Amino acid sequence: MSSSGQSVVLLGPQRQPILEEVVQSLDLDGPFATITAGWQEREPDDDELDALLDGQSVNLNLYARWHDVLDRDPEYAVADRHQREVLDELQELYLLRLDYALDAVVMLQQRRGSADLRAAAVAEAVEAVRELDAAHLLRIGEVNGEFYERWPPHDRPVIAQHRAAVGRLLEGVTALVVAGGHVGVLVASMHLFNVAAALDAPVIAWSAGAMALAEQVVLFHDRAVQGPGNPEVYGHGLSLLHGVVPLPHAAARLLLGDVGRMAVFAQRFAPARCVLLDAGSRVDVDLDGDVPVGTRVLDLGGAVSVVSES
Amino acid sequence: MSTALGAPVSVRRLAIERLRERRPLDDAGVDRFLARHDVPIVEGQRCTFLHRGEAEAVTLVHRTVGLPGHLPLARIDSTDLWYVVVELPEGSRFEYQLEVKIDGRHDRFNDPMNHRRAHSPMGSMSVCYARGYVVPEWTQAHPEARPGELLELAVPSRALRRDTHVTLYLPARFRRSARYPLLVVHDGQDYLHYAAMKTVLDNLIHRLDVAEVVVALVDPGDRLVEYANSAAHARYLAAELIPYLEQRYPLQGTRTGRCLMGSSFGAVAALSTAYRYPELASALILQSGSFVFTDIGNDHGGGPAFEPVVRFVNRYRAGPRRVADRIFSSCGIYEPLIIPNRSMLHTFESTGMLVRYVEARDGHSWENWRDRLQEALSWVYPGAQKLFYE
Repeated sequence: MSSSGQSVVLLGPQRQPILEEVVQSLDLDGPFATITAGWQEREPDDDELDALLDGQSVNLNLYARWHDVLDRDPEYAVADRHQREVLDELQELYLLRLDYALDAVVMLQQRRGSADLRAAAVAEAVEAVRELDAAHLLRIGEVNGEFYERWPPHDRPVIAQHRAAVGRLLEGVTALVVAGGHVGVLVASMHLFNVAAALDAPVIAWSAGAMALAEQVVLFHDRAVQGPGNPEVYGHGLSLLHGVVPLPHAAARLLLGDVGRMAVFAQRFAPARCVLLDAGSRVDVDLDGDVPVGTRVLDLGGAVSVVSES
Repeated sequence: MSTALGAPVSVRRLAIERLRERRPLDDAGVDRFLARHDVPIVEGQRCTFLHRGEAEAVTLVHRTVGLPGHLPLARIDSTDLWYVVVELPEGSRFEYQLEVKIDGRHDRFNDPMNHRRAHSPMGSMSVCYARGYVVPEWTQAHPEARPGELLELAVPSRALRRDTHVTLYLPARFRRSARYPLLVVHDGQDYLHYAAMKTVLDNLIHRLDVAEVVVALVDPGDRLVEYANSAAHARYLAAELIPYLEQRYPLQGTRTGRCLMGSSFGAVAALSTAYRYPELASALILQSGSFVFTDIGNDHGGGPAFEPVVRFVNRYRAGPRRVADRIFSSCGIYEPLIIPNRSMLHTFESTGMLVRYVEARDGHSWENWRDRLQEALSWVYPGAQKLFYE
């Protein structure tokens, strides 16, 4: 659920789209605002998306607006670039620590001997990872806070102009539709143009779009060319969605059969639920923030399970 | 034949064995046999190499460590067909030539029955793909991969006392407003010509395996001098070329945004430059480094060209030093340099550097180095794949 009360529908990847039927099931007849900033240069290539929304969509063009800001406000552009470099370095430092912290978990999991003692040690090692994740998120928040204090977006005329335009476009829409792509670009542009604050409508999102709505963005790719990467906290999402870590393309990107690895994943982010969003998935998050019965999640034991009546 | 548990297993006879047993076996039979098979004939781990023609002797010549240097081919009675069966483990790439002795004269050439060739500055070799070896698809041009651009630069160098030629790769969608990491590649033209470097970069960047990167492809004057632990070469990179590029192109300009790369002597050049300028680059890619050393005495077997290399590697091994944060190191297990490269791992790791080491069933060849580029580049400069969820 949203902090301001929007309902959220999370979908699996839309290569074989179910968006049209979802919109019909919600009795939404438009107009719709769309965000395709995650597609970056391909942001305007939204004909297919518009067709699924019965030609009733207006693209917020956040990627183009972002570049317009960088072009027309060079002082801010330099500061923004520097800020990204700082965040990149912060992420590298975190990943270095995370490697060792997660290695410790794995080594303990694989150790022979007393099961009880080992389980306790594993639990403490996972707790250390949780503390590291939390500390990293906090530090990102501080660094971003300092940046926005030094460069208040509302004081930058170009940003303010775009924020106002985005606000006007969001007025009266029956839903906001957020597509996937580059999750970093999506989150940054949605933050910059204050989408969450201007929104008063249900949200339908998939893939990176779903991830961007959560409280924290968690990156994962167990099948990367350089080998399984450690799931990592990337930063704050829009917090339109609480208690959920969306995992798009879960079957393709995660080693779901590696129960030990998946258990650590789920335990790191508990009590938030790690929700699997594969092709055909639909998860209507209700106003209390609960996911519906039948939702596929990673349980704390690392298995894929289905939410049942409690 | 039986297994360890004693259960009999059948071993399918090789095609060449079946041919040998055929009676009568005449030229037409050999013609039909050759028409039915790709040569070399790969059957499981056994590869049959063939030659056809009158000769006093035929030999398979190669540089694969572990196999006898010259493998004689046997002639099949009543024919002019020669053969030898070599066991090549799964995933192997094997480069070879044939040597034929006629009237006491030895002629060496590529296998006319095998169209596969591996190229290098030294010429070409025939190549056999053992079972399980596949040319990585990302080494072939992909129609959807946007091509980067190659710029030719002339960079004057006081350190080297010559004008250097540098080929600069700019990724597709290059923007002046962005800031790119830099990769400096020794033997740049060879990487372009023999390791498909541009195609590989275009593909890996397109697939988001590798970050958008600017690549400076440099080439030596006298390679055996400039790449063999040369102070002048190191000064050229650290004080001339990299500052030159960072002034003119939108590069990150920080240690973490720089990587030095090379193969063979080029790897020595990368390592020795980092040794002299440890603040220059945070990462090194060292492929089949010529890290020849001696533990005692001077008999390193590399010849005079290796003298400065051996002195450098001996000094480095005696007093290992952190020269970067991360090293990607790879080597073919069929090349003589496998032992020195394995030996260097502990030396590198003892300094606290993070090392990723990869071996391949391959030799000291450009295709080996090409095939490792995905692992190397994606480790040093990972692409945004982890950020993309379409």
